[in-house]
Amino acid sequence: MSVVTNTTTIGAIDAPSRRNTELVLVAFAVLISVFAYANVGLALNGELPAGMLGYGLGLALLGGVAHLAVRRFAPYSDPLLLPLATLLNGLGLALIWRLDQSERFQAIKTFAPAASKQLMFSAVGVALLVVVLIALKDHRILQRYTYISMLVALFLLILPMFFPAVNGAKIWIKIPGVGTIQPGEFAKIIIAVFFAGYLMVKRDALALASRRFMGLYLPRGRDLGPILMVWAFSILILVFETDLGSSLLFFGMFVVMLYVATERTSWIVFGLLMSGAGAVGVATFEPHVQDRVTAWLDPFAGWGKEAASEQMAKSLMAFGSGGTLGTGLGQGNSDLIGFAANSDFILATVGEELGLAGMMAVLLLYGLIVERGVRTALAARDPFGKLLAIGLSGAFAIQVFVVAGGVMGLIPLTGMTMPFLAAGGSSVIANWALIGILIRISDTARRPAPAPAPSPDAEMTQVVRP
Amino acid sequence: MNKPLRRIAIFCGILVLALLIRTNYIQYVRADELNANEHNRRVQIERYAHERGNIIVDGEPVTGSVETTDSDFKYKRVWKNGPMWAPVTGYSSQAFDSSQLESIEDGILTGNSDDLFFDRTLSMFTGEKKTGGNIVTTLNGAAQKAAFEGLGDKKGAVAALDPQTGAVLALASTPSYDPSVFAGNSMKDSDARQKLLKDEDKPMLNRALRETYPPGSTFKVVTAAAALENGLYTDIDAKTDSPLPWRLPQSTNLLQNEGNIPCKDASLRVALRYSCNTVFGKMSDDLGNEKMIEQADKFGFNEEVFTPVRADASVYPKDNPPQNAMAGIGQASNRATPLQMAMVASAIANDGKLMQPYMVAQRQAPNLDVIYTHEKEQLSEPLSAENAQKVQQMMETVVQDGTGTNAQIDGVTVGGKTGTAQHGLNNSEKPYAWFISYARTDSGSPVAVAVVVEDGNANRDDISGGGLAAPIAKNVMKAVLDGK
Repeated sequence: MSVVTNTTTIGAIDAPSRRNTELVLVAFAVLISVFAYANVGLALNGELPAGMLGYGLGLALLGGVAHLAVRRFAPYSDPLLLPLATLLNGLGLALIWRLDQSERFQAIKTFAPAASKQLMFSAVGVALLVVVLIALKDHRILQRYTYISMLVALFLLILPMFFPAVNGAKIWIKIPGVGTIQPGEFAKIIIAVFFAGYLMVKRDALALASRRFMGLYLPRGRDLGPILMVWAFSILILVFETDLGSSLLFFGMFVVMLYVATERTSWIVFGLLMSGAGAVGVATFEPHVQDRVTAWLDPFAGWGKEAASEQMAKSLMAFGSGGTLGTGLGQGNSDLIGFAANSDFILATVGEELGLAGMMAVLLLYGLIVERGVRTALAARDPFGKLLAIGLSGAFAIQVFVVAGGVMGLIPLTGMTMPFLAAGGSSVIANWALIGILIRISDTARRPAPAPAPSPDAEMTQVVRP
Repeated sequence: MNKPLRRIAIFCGILVLALLIRTNYIQYVRADELNANEHNRRVQIERYAHERGNIIVDGEPVTGSVETTDSDFKYKRVWKNGPMWAPVTGYSSQAFDSSQLESIEDGILTGNSDDLFFDRTLSMFTGEKKTGGNIVTTLNGAAQKAAFEGLGDKKGAVAALDPQTGAVLALASTPSYDPSVFAGNSMKDSDARQKLLKDEDKPMLNRALRETYPPGSTFKVVTAAAALENGLYTDIDAKTDSPLPWRLPQSTNLLQNEGNIPCKDASLRVALRYSCNTVFGKMSDDLGNEKMIEQADKFGFNEEVFTPVRADASVYPKDNPPQNAMAGIGQASNRATPLQMAMVASAIANDGKLMQPYMVAQRQAPNLDVIYTHEKEQLSEPLSAENAQKVQQMMETVVQDGTGTNAQIDGVTVGGKTGTAQHGLNNSEKPYAWFISYARTDSGSPVAVAVVVEDGNANRDDISGGGLAAPIAKNVMKAVLDGK
């Protein structure tokens, strides 16, 4: 292992830390976002927006603080994760601010501008990232909290059941004076910790103790227990909270981690079969889910009759009107979609105002985050780190797919938010924490291995006495 | 654990790839279809995002655009003197679409027409603000005013043409409406439109083009033309074979004249001067249904006329002999639009040549370049020049010392024909007062007019046509002549 290789990003020894690359990229991300913000102001009012300096400085401060924290506490971490998150968050802020200016929104009584709140939440998110980097010296510490995190995750997931539904889904809890929180976003990370810890311990049992049946390795019943439990649990979330997105997310994440832990394809087949059965089963008696599916099959059929369908159709028309190059920031009409235009449907604004080109760029940014996450998993030296990294990045990928696919009509709409881009406190904060953990794992993974300790026996064995 | 990790990486890649393909599909492949979707409000927003072009009369726009703030439609149509011009322009509403010229010439007025492609491309490079093109009409402001004010609060319509070109000079319809009241997109606009639609007087009906009336005695001009053209009579001052009383064919009913007028064997000139039902009824019967239809068709009956605004088809019916005789004097199922009767008068005034009526003289690009100019076009020749002049003499007699003396203009030769059309079962409702006329100068005829007033209250034939409708026609003709 003494050979220095730089053919992968993760070098064995003496890998460059790439901190300066990260700094340049963060500066670039901030600059792009500020340009976007200026563009919106120029398009809407013909002048540079008054808050531009504040916005630019705020974003630069967030990126800068995060970078300094990474430089100090995770010097060997992946240099792309932070700039990518900063860029998406900055673009999201510009888009939210653009939608704040919409006259159609301002005509709605319940409408409140979201950009300044989003900037505040982003700051909290970055603060959480810094806390993660400082407090979590090594990600393996999280292993100790496997079962505690299971309890916390369960608690967070069950909590919204006791709060009233918002727009048909029970995924929010309302805390007076603080606002609404979507515990599912945080549960996503915590449950990944639980899965990683649990699977690391049980992987051998799950992988090896199995019977061959019809070409597949079927696990033993007692090992099948937990997966059935998770399956049932995700179905329960779906039923009681009518949250299609979260169920898909948790289940997908679990299957991915299970597959990685056991290296058994049979788990994936099981996973797909069970999630399919569950989804079909629920769809047959849950009207909320049925509405979404009908709206997905033919968005224009329900025009004027069903809100979900009309929203879907409006979203498609927003994408269509963007065309290849888009209308330009501030010059589209994506706010026609209505109340969720700055959260669930923010991607439609990207599609309309930045066009196909912008959409591909944004999707590739997400793709890059996922790819860096998977790379981190590959490079991680411990199974727990591998599992946690793949779980988090897998969850991130599934969330992006489910939301983007939903608003683009590829799959039924589920009502999750686009990470970083969409307005929403819980989402931004949780995703910054997620990035923080990935940065921590990648730092551990890329950290140069300590020099091998001198072996006292080495000399002895090499001596050949004549 | 790395092998499954790589597979998961591929799986994530596939997820992103699926999204990339999907975004290409909806934003590139399906973009046009989505943009053309009927529910896509962007189409409407774009449509009203810039000023609409104007409809121009006498070099001045009768329309305009104002900025609005009550919706996402930026510009709203307004009309100057809307009620007067509504039968010409139609309406253009943010919420209720458009009609007539506003609708037909929408491409030019919005600037979206293919004819304006180069213009649009050019202004894209010069950075000019997009505006619509203009429609220059043939209308004569003074004539339109005379027609509209002449009708006043009476129900009726006026159509005036330039016989030599077919240009529409006046097109008035009362009661009228102001299209400005529902040009916007608010509840107020909707209410105003509902009120107009519910109004029993049908203010939104374009009576000059879209309402057919029994033409009454004014149709005798057509019957006379048919008699001359078919050689039934050749000398307008020779006695005709017209018994009095005259019994309708296959019937025991006697055709009546209004009052005690000298109709027995009256010459064509005298018969038209006094408006003898017996003479013209018998004439129509002598010619037969087919020949009457043929002659009416040559004047433009039985076919829709496009000016380019559509005018309803006037009808000379296929019918049995008694009904044909009645149709020959403008009763029975004979129905004509005011425009049609103006076409009849103009064909006679133009020595037998009927010109295609039109009201769009030019289409202009937003930069005022002319992209279309109407060329005058002959529609048909309903009667020979010789016969046309004979009918002219007859009609001029009507105005000189017949039923149409109210239309006399000093120093100008005027020909005309009055009419009082009965309508309703057994003539139960108020008759329509008609007057068709033309003025003639040394250089031919510059104007032919048809006037119909729905609520003529006098019951005697011809007098009400001459009394109610003729003065309006006279003022319209005068307005045109004064402008020359």
